[in-house]
Amino acid sequence: MQKTYYDPADLRKFGKISEWSEELGDKFFEYYGKVFEEGALTAREKALIALAVAHTEQCPYCIDAYTKDTLQRGVTKEEMMEAIHVGAAIKSGATLVHGVQMMNKVNKLDG
Amino acid sequence: MATISLHKRENALAQSKKQLEILSNGIFKSGELPTFKTKLAETGQFPLKAKTLEILQINLGYMCNQVCEHCHVDAGPDRKEIMTQDTMQQCLEVIKTTDAHTLDLTGGAPEMNPNFKWFVEEAAKAGIKDFIVRSNLTIITANKKYHDLPEFFKKHNIHVVSSMPHWTRGKTDKQRGDGVFDASIKALKMLNDVGYGMPNSTLKLDLVYNPSGAFLPGNQASMEKDFKKALIEDFNIQFHHLFAITNLPISRFLDYLMASDNYEDYMYALVEAYNPLAVQNLMCTNTLSVSWDGFLYDCDFNQMLELPVNSKIKHISEYNAALLENRTIITSQHCFGCTAGAGSSCQGTVA
Repeated sequence: MQKTYYDPADLRKFGKISEWSEELGDKFFEYYGKVFEEGALTAREKALIALAVAHTEQCPYCIDAYTKDTLQRGVTKEEMMEAIHVGAAIKSGATLVHGVQMMNKVNKLDG
Repeated sequence: MATISLHKRENALAQSKKQLEILSNGIFKSGELPTFKTKLAETGQFPLKAKTLEILQINLGYMCNQVCEHCHVDAGPDRKEIMTQDTMQQCLEVIKTTDAHTLDLTGGAPEMNPNFKWFVEEAAKAGIKDFIVRSNLTIITANKKYHDLPEFFKKHNIHVVSSMPHWTRGKTDKQRGDGVFDASIKALKMLNDVGYGMPNSTLKLDLVYNPSGAFLPGNQASMEKDFKKALIEDFNIQFHHLFAITNLPISRFLDYLMASDNYEDYMYALVEAYNPLAVQNLMCTNTLSVSWDGFLYDCDFNQMLELPVNSKIKHISEYNAALLENRTIITSQHCFGCTAGAGSSCQGTVA
């Protein structure tokens, strides 16, 4: 049994999830592939969104995968870091906007 | 980045034997990954055979004014291997009789061969219509004696193919050396000024993109769009096509993969991206590579690995089209670099 929760080599085995539930696995990967095709958004734009979300989800596999994917698409380090800041801004904004709820509660209880 | 070649540094990977050992052992020997031969055989494509010769690719020497991080030739200013005029003369004898329609000149910096211009002029007289010169661009601005190269290229209607790893200074200089980006932009402007790369111009100027690190190239058409947009907006530079080329795990790139602990992951990526459809159009099937000293190879990469053609004919002076046709192409695991994804050749994607 491995001693850590994450092993970088496991990313290569992602496709194996279909082995224990073929239909659902296949449908997921078909959907996944379709999502990242060129569409109203370019594949490059989608890759940058994925990179930002990979960080907000704090998924190490996704971070590895989309760092490589964006590099392959010629995305620069500056663009990658800005995308992550977008994710971080939403995360911190989402935390802070709940401050209004706290303020409402304080005002009601102790106003 | 290094400023001298592996060869000069006496690095173990300067030896082709050492490189071939790495490519044959480890994950391939243990069976963790299938060999190139196994993958070819899966679709009945082994052994790979040479078709009719279309392109004669001649390496005029390993000397170069740059020392790029990932150079598969291990080229640089310290490399002294240069094709002599005698060997060029032997090539010209072949050019006179061959049905190959394209002469592809590479290096190092081919323009640094002191007989470069003479050779092009003689080859033109011998009937070559399609010339390709793989120019690193900076050579044009490196020294006054090279400033007339754009005019010379134009005079002989040479198709200029130039490396440009990115449209930003940082990424380009990281791979190709400080100042390379600015010099390349200057050279591209000089080429545009004489008509190269302009819309509808017959003076063809194509750029070659190869990744700056241990990852595969993205989609060639998308990259071309991004390159065109950036170069026109930032510098008013135009070019025709972008060729996206995969870095092959040999020489300095192999050294980089090993030193950065990326070798296994990179080989996994190459094998996973193996595309049997790319095999049919591999450049080794219609190209013959001639080294600076006149020996024959299936491709420039095999030349660097010192894997000569599998034929009685070993040298340009013995050239015989009939005996070379249908020869078995020599392959090893580096060949996965040419079959990944949409495939990779000196002319970009192949599938």
